Amino acid sequence: MSEYILELKGVTKDFPGVRALDDVHFNVRTGEVHSIMGENGAGKSTFIKIITGVYTPDAGEIIYNGKPAVIRNTLDSQRLGIAAIYQHVTSYPDLSVTENIFIGHEKYNPYTRRIAWKELHARAAELLGQLESSFDPRVRMGSLSIAKQQIVEIAKALSVNARVIIMDEPTAALTNRESEELYKITENLKNNGAAVIFISHRMVDMFRLADRVTVFRDAKYINTWNRDEITHEKLVKAMVGREITQYFPKRNVHIRDEVLRAEHISRLGYFRDISFSLHRGEILAFTGLVGAGRTEVCEALYGITQYDEGHIYLDGEEIQIRHPKEAIDKGIGYLPEDRHGHGLVMDWELFKNISLALLEKFSRWKFIREDDEKKSAQELGDKLEIKAGTVFDKANTLSGGNQQKVIVAKLLTADLKVIILDEPTKGVDVGAKTAIFNIMGELAEMGYGIIMVSSEMPEVLGVSDRIVVMKEGRISAVLNTEETTQEEILHAALGEKKKVISHAE
Amino acid sequence: MTERTIRTERPWSWKRFFFQWEWLLVIIFILIHVVNSTLSPYYLNINTFIRTPQSFLDKAFIVLPMTFVILLGNIDVSVGSTVALSSVIMAVAYNAGLPMPLAIVLCLAVSTACGLFNGILMVKYKELSAAIITISTMTIYRGFAYVILEDQASGGFPEWFSFLGWGNIAGFPVMLIVFTVCAFLFWILLHKTTFGRSLYGMGNSMNACRYSGIRTDRVILIVSLLTGLMAGFTALFLTSRMGSTRPNVAQGYELEVIAMVVLGGVSTSGGKGRIIGPILAVFIVGFLSYGLGLVNISAQVLLIIIGALLIVSVTVLNVRIRKRKKKIPA
Amino acid sequence: MQNKQMQSKLKSLFSSTENFRELGLFFFIVLISLIIQMRNQTFLTLSNINTLLINGSILSILAVGMMMVLLTRGIDLSIGSTIAFSGMVSALTVSAYPSIHPLVSLLEGTLIGLGIGLIIGILVSRFNVLPIIASLGMMNVVRGMTFVVSGGRWVSAYQMSDGFKKIATGTFLGVNNLIVIAVVIYIAFYYFINHTRTGRQIYAVGSNPDAAEISGIPKKRIICLVYVLMGALAGLAGVLWVARYASAQGDTAVGYELNVIAATVLGGISLSGGSGKVSGLALGAILFAILNNALPLINVSPFWQQAIQGLVILTAVVVNVIVKRRNEYTALVRRNI
Repeated sequence: MSEYILELKGVTKDFPGVRALDDVHFNVRTGEVHSIMGENGAGKSTFIKIITGVYTPDAGEIIYNGKPAVIRNTLDSQRLGIAAIYQHVTSYPDLSVTENIFIGHEKYNPYTRRIAWKELHARAAELLGQLESSFDPRVRMGSLSIAKQQIVEIAKALSVNARVIIMDEPTAALTNRESEELYKITENLKNNGAAVIFISHRMVDMFRLADRVTVFRDAKYINTWNRDEITHEKLVKAMVGREITQYFPKRNVHIRDEVLRAEHISRLGYFRDISFSLHRGEILAFTGLVGAGRTEVCEALYGITQYDEGHIYLDGEEIQIRHPKEAIDKGIGYLPEDRHGHGLVMDWELFKNISLALLEKFSRWKFIREDDEKKSAQELGDKLEIKAGTVFDKANTLSGGNQQKVIVAKLLTADLKVIILDEPTKGVDVGAKTAIFNIMGELAEMGYGIIMVSSEMPEVLGVSDRIVVMKEGRISAVLNTEETTQEEILHAALGEKKKVISHAE
Repeated sequence: MTERTIRTERPWSWKRFFFQWEWLLVIIFILIHVVNSTLSPYYLNINTFIRTPQSFLDKAFIVLPMTFVILLGNIDVSVGSTVALSSVIMAVAYNAGLPMPLAIVLCLAVSTACGLFNGILMVKYKELSAAIITISTMTIYRGFAYVILEDQASGGFPEWFSFLGWGNIAGFPVMLIVFTVCAFLFWILLHKTTFGRSLYGMGNSMNACRYSGIRTDRVILIVSLLTGLMAGFTALFLTSRMGSTRPNVAQGYELEVIAMVVLGGVSTSGGKGRIIGPILAVFIVGFLSYGLGLVNISAQVLLIIIGALLIVSVTVLNVRIRKRKKKIPA
Repeated sequence: MQNKQMQSKLKSLFSSTENFRELGLFFFIVLISLIIQMRNQTFLTLSNINTLLINGSILSILAVGMMMVLLTRGIDLSIGSTIAFSGMVSALTVSAYPSIHPLVSLLEGTLIGLGIGLIIGILVSRFNVLPIIASLGMMNVVRGMTFVVSGGRWVSAYQMSDGFKKIATGTFLGVNNLIVIAVVIYIAFYYFINHTRTGRQIYAVGSNPDAAEISGIPKKRIICLVYVLMGALAGLAGVLWVARYASAQGDTAVGYELNVIAATVLGGISLSGGSGKVSGLALGAILFAILNNALPLINVSPFWQQAIQGLVILTAVVVNVIVKRRNEYTALVRRNI
């Protein structure tokens, strides 16, 4: 018997023109949590897809339980006892919890082909009980919260007696409290003899859970460490391949007069009584748990949705924003959280993406002047150091960080006063993060008022001047960055202190 | 800071130039003429090219806006019914005493209103797909045509009205001239203006355009308005050619029009394709049916051929797109 | 704690609106029947109800197929043509060989429809052709073929054997065969869609097509299957249609797909896939049959039929959206932020 339940040796996967995995080694024991870390594009998702049988490797071998295994499709991997819980929950909202757990391997009467409902419901309740959750397995999946849906997904893995459980960024959409629940469940799984492969961007997850950690970089295997032999800095260095000397390049910017003020704005069911002010040259961070209403406030400021009550003042004048076009014309720009879906036309050339927000600037009598577009794309691209060959490069051929810069370039074509950046570093690698912070600093120097939505505590503390903390749709604190601490923000976000703290303004 | 410049031009590539769907269409177009001229010794004649289009150009007017609709990733199956309703109302209004010029205006107004109604529904109820909205309005518009005229025919238009469908100006058929002008205007609108750019953007990513401040609702409304208006043109020319109208005219036009657009290389998932393709497809299908007429093949067979053409060209286009997608790893 | 309470509240709200749909439809049927009855006393007579059900049975058989297609987020516009083609071919067969057993005719029609459905299914599932495009194309191809095989001629009552016509006129335990067939199909379908694995997978594919691929559901096969079943039911309906009206023509059932879609949508089957109940479907089909049957009884010109049908579809889908928005709104109010 081998020491490891699952072992990969020298696994390589090629796509036309790209090597997605290059000679990768990995192993996991039963009863351990093995974390995989790496920047975007490091090969983590290809790695998962190889284990789960979505892709077949071009070279190398997979050893399962001491024997060489061939995994040609998802069914093969399921039969071996490998289960994956994906980043985006892959459930069926219209089906019951029971059906979601047993889909693909429902028990049924071989003669009447009737699904054995009674037995399955009972078994589902039992599995949920094992995970210390007791909700009725007959309810529709769609009526549950994301955290509960994730528990159902884990129950699904248990239902096939999975011995290797892969969790792909499971905490990404969870609140801190829900993450803590998930940690407990994961530890339970481990103590019951499962091998857990935990993939996450978040250092917190790694230090809280992992027994060992493996780092990938640029499709290559870098190293594996035990948790007690690795530090935060060492890990970042391994992931990036260089020391990050100045992770948060905070600049000293002179903060000038007020540019934007919101007074008691509310939107039914999303946020209530939001008041804040923003000054030229200032970076104002909006933080809080996921679902606290930060994005919704920004979208209302930008005219994607409407607020029901309250007033917004720009340069002291009350404004009404009914459409993003009006926001842009008045001087408010927005970088959306969902870069692929909302920020870019992925299948479009760079210059078309950059000119999209202000087509009238690149046209005369409604006729487009492509030369102007290309020239402006070139200028802005160079200024922001976008790594692209020509302005004809399609957005989907760029890396995450460069895509983000394209959206910033798009915002800069307009004559803005306020720029709202919603999670600008989400899914961007560490090197590009620094570049984005640098750009934000420059913009602040140029006199833009900047709102940054972020869930990353170090980032919020590192780049902002003031911090607005939101909790369940309301502002729970407005803090001066220099005077506050991580603990204070956390308390405000979790609402453990009742009264609104504010030592800013 | 490192000095790096993004280039604003790219080298000419023969692959990019020749691997275009439109070249395939040109080849098919030529092939059809070769086959047709072997079928009839009198075929190769300048008159064939100038006169024949009159027999198939009526629905071509809808092909232009339908290209916009499909570029948006939508579909409109109500156009045939719009033609019928506006044609029927024009005939009934004329026979009730409305002067013909006003009846023509009424026809265009009705068809535009039909198109606009689709657009308003699409904008107001975004949860509904364009397919289901236009399936229901298709039934409603055709239904109203039946309510108005039951199973009667209506006609008796003034002599000059037939000039639209049969007349010539400077040796060229009126229909061909009007279509050429319309096609040129649609080409400019799509490929040269901010409106066209927004249209392509919305077909690729509706949300990215909304977040970029494009007035997406306005674009959808304009496209549906244009669709209605052009269906009105079709109604005019069709009625002029037939001399009378019935509630069941233009039945199945939606299919032919959609087939031509798709054959023209416009992807049904939106955002890809140019207007020149569908225009070529109009003439391909037109001359093809003319050729079939030369050898006495019935209209029903043409039905089969158009249906098959639609299916085959979508399938081929899809396989092409999927091949290209496979090159990029997920 | 509070969260839990809120959720159970939300849950009861949802389930009550879900049942509300079917109940509401039921009471609407009762109400509209009473109104019609007041206008015309012959409506609620045994013989009229019998006619109504016979006429409605073909429609409701087709609605079963359409429900499956809609559940997977598809649509099938070709069924009118399939009805005509399978009806025409089976009628031609019967007129050439009058001695064949009616069951053979039914089987023949079903197989023809199944073949047509298979082509659409393959186009949609393997080649990613949009369902509306694939079925629109096949609608024309099949309609054209109907004209070609018949040479443009009709097959009339005298060319059909008595046994063939008995399919639609005969009775089983005193109930018309068509009604019996429809009821049998509904019972089988209820069992299939609610209690068998494949049936539930149809819901799953419509509910989350992307997930289906990862969790090992044979998504392509399921999508292909619904079009095959739709085709087979349309083929069967074609034979029933020709037997019932004792004539097969090139333009039989033109546009009938719209009736079927209207009935299905009335029954609360969502066009965005994944949700809808068999009970709702049956009620929707019955309501639609009532509308068709009652219009002449209350002196509405038959030329109104199409317009009303369109208005019914449009109203049903729009009301659906409005109800959904209302539900979302109440959920927002309940959040109480």
